[in-house]
Amino acid sequence: MPEPASLLTISGLCKSYAGPVLSDVSFDLRSGEVHALVGENGAGKSTLSKIIAGLVRPEAGGMELRGEAYQPRDKKDAERRGVRMVMQELNLIANLTVAESIFIERLPHRFGWINRRQLHTDAQKTLQEVGLGDLDPSRQIKTLGVGQQQLVEIAAGISHRCDVLILDEPTAALTDPEIERLFAQIAKLRAAGTAIIYISHRMEEILRIADRISILRDGRMIATRAAQDITLDEIVRLMVGRELGQAIHRRGAGVPPAISVPLGNRDGLSDDGAVALRVRGLRRGSAVKDVSFEARRGEILGFAGLMGSGRTETMRALFGADRRDAGEVFLDESATPAAIHSPRDAVRHGLALLTEDRKEQGLLLPLSIRANLTLLCLRQLSRFGGWIRSAKERTEASAWAKKLSVRCHSLDQRVAELSGGNQQKVVIAKWLFRDCRILIFDEPTRGIDVGAKFEIYQLLADLADQGKAVIVVSSDLKELLALCDCIAVMSAGRIAATFRRGEWTQDKIMAAALSGYLQKQGRGGIEN
Amino acid sequence: MNSFSTSDFRRLVTDYLGMAVALAALITVFSLSTEHFFSATTFRTIANQIPSVLLISVGMTYVLVIAEIDLSVGSVLGLCSAVLGVALTKWGWPLWLALPAALGAGLASGAFNGLVSLRWRLPSFIVTLGMLEMARGGAHAVTKSQTQYIGAAIEGIAGASVFGLSLPFLLAIVIVVVAQLVLSRTVFGRYMVAVGTNEEAVRLSGIDPRPIKLAVFLITGFLVALAAIIDTSRFQSANPNAGTGFELQAIAAAVIGGTSLMGGRGSIVSTFFGVLIIAVLNSGLAAVGARDETKRLITGAVIVVAVIVDHYRHRLAKGKGT
Repeated sequence: MPEPASLLTISGLCKSYAGPVLSDVSFDLRSGEVHALVGENGAGKSTLSKIIAGLVRPEAGGMELRGEAYQPRDKKDAERRGVRMVMQELNLIANLTVAESIFIERLPHRFGWINRRQLHTDAQKTLQEVGLGDLDPSRQIKTLGVGQQQLVEIAAGISHRCDVLILDEPTAALTDPEIERLFAQIAKLRAAGTAIIYISHRMEEILRIADRISILRDGRMIATRAAQDITLDEIVRLMVGRELGQAIHRRGAGVPPAISVPLGNRDGLSDDGAVALRVRGLRRGSAVKDVSFEARRGEILGFAGLMGSGRTETMRALFGADRRDAGEVFLDESATPAAIHSPRDAVRHGLALLTEDRKEQGLLLPLSIRANLTLLCLRQLSRFGGWIRSAKERTEASAWAKKLSVRCHSLDQRVAELSGGNQQKVVIAKWLFRDCRILIFDEPTRGIDVGAKFEIYQLLADLADQGKAVIVVSSDLKELLALCDCIAVMSAGRIAATFRRGEWTQDKIMAAALSGYLQKQGRGGIEN
Repeated sequence: MNSFSTSDFRRLVTDYLGMAVALAALITVFSLSTEHFFSATTFRTIANQIPSVLLISVGMTYVLVIAEIDLSVGSVLGLCSAVLGVALTKWGWPLWLALPAALGAGLASGAFNGLVSLRWRLPSFIVTLGMLEMARGGAHAVTKSQTQYIGAAIEGIAGASVFGLSLPFLLAIVIVVVAQLVLSRTVFGRYMVAVGTNEEAVRLSGIDPRPIKLAVFLITGFLVALAAIIDTSRFQSANPNAGTGFELQAIAAAVIGGTSLMGGRGSIVSTFFGVLIIAVLNSGLAAVGARDETKRLITGAVIVVAVIVDHYRHRLAKGKGT
């Protein structure tokens, strides 16, 4: 039987940012199919879809649309050729109405005056199609819930005639009935011959609506299978890659020497493992639903999970950066909860939070390395009630910069000029200066080149050696496997499973990370 | 240890040399254009005129450094002056009581600006715009819109001179020096720059930005009250319209001095140069007989040009590092 004709064919696609993101990816898409793209965080799903939608340009490789060369210059160009993407992040303008949002690029007008009536009726028709017929098109976007906003965004996407529609995590904020309506709409589009690329973490949905499933891992296309020929277990195994699960297995073995050295020395120390931090029943909005865990002195506790599983929100809430709805934080096996209501309280109690977004939240980019390093303990470096002792500030700052081998030509250099790895070291040094006991690292190696990564790993291991409690949130599972003594896996705002070193496999962790999205209620805990 | 290194010196040169040259050039041009300009009288006049604007500009620079703004300074000057005048004339208060009352009015206005914008997270632009109207209204209410003639009771402050320099001028210079040192050499100053650069990063570092911001609004209120006392003494009267437009002069002086309206960057010494440049420009243009509209056209153009020059200077400084 001949293969159905391809609508979009991609071959040998490559793209790299700091490192390769896509290498030699080939992919084909047929008219009237729902094609799911799955993979771990950072596997390259978003980059691939952005290339198709004209938002990112590939470095190598070719694309063909209906047998003709397809090299979209930008989003507009792709849309002209009938390729359209509905983004994961909402792109709506809060002050516009629903109708205006849907037709923002082609408002019906006459001599510049908007034809309100036509706009209204057109919008109503489009909304009807996504099952939002009861929504008043003249309502402002900001008055809608996140789910409805997402549906409006989807409505805006499908209101155009298009042959290829890319939906990136369309159901992330939707309720079940909303999802049903969306699926009905997808079925309609598919019947009309539109090809749909569907990106989601929610395996249950994918198995339900996809015709074919493509699995990406580390920027490579691992497999494309018909949905009826593949099981959930198989998908998870392909996403994780079994051979990798065995490559980094025990401490030291297969791990670059930079991290195996300190890790090797650590066994003696980590055994005392007194509890430094105990979190009970932490809740915050819809992102964090009842999280409890403990971090021990001398240990590295990893937090694994998919994007949006609530890890960052958990850390921010326990640090007092965001208000928490419920939950208590206990320190050092104390029976009374610590009063942490602001980052200031947290710092006083010996906590440190190294945020995910170091440029926006961790550093003072236009200021010098010195000013960044000493910000937290200027008081100790000053006399007469606040007169900074410049000489002492300089020597102390340069001592820390040297200790962490921050590469710079002068401490007066602006932090903005440093590489990602050196910037991260500045953030770490800033907190170490303050002698914190519990250090929380949110994505400590994001956007950092490989060499610097290992220096950061070394530092984290050294900190644990010194008896500090270290918590690492990371989307790079291999990094957690190599570093951590214990890994908590979050899924849909809960801790789905906790593994000690030796108990875990990548399959188990990935299954736990997906578990909250598999079951309707997202209850934690999975069977192994 | 040597706390004044060569890099400090280089920074001093790159930061201030340009402005000093610009100032010298202005003085030279005016001196060559008219024989009336380069005289002791001119400089004495300038020295008498600038203290109040200088103090307000110092406060404005602080506020701009923490990425806020205070539009109420001119009106608050009017209010403090009104309180001082009415206390001395109508209420018959002694000077030692009237002066703290004026300072109190300045501090209260600063406290209002700071507390309201912090409590409700309102942009200081809006809060101080409201204060601009309220303080002016207050000044008129207190004085019943009548200029209060005080006379000799207050003459002594502005009239006193030390080594031939007026007391207000010396006071303003001392405050410029102290304010610069506080900004560049103290924990509080460093926190100000940090808050103005990235408030969220400061908060997440466990430093509460709110007391710092409140303190800056209070300092500004206090400096405005000092300026009010100086001006009231100089004119020996309290005019409810005193200080009108000072907020824009102060912003102009700070901006000419390279202070960023986005926060995190500013220098009191540069602001001082900014004040001097505007003052020399004004009296110079007056000396060559320029009409008022010409003066305003030129002053406005100078502000824009100064900012453009600063933009390139800053880009150059940034580019060198990489």
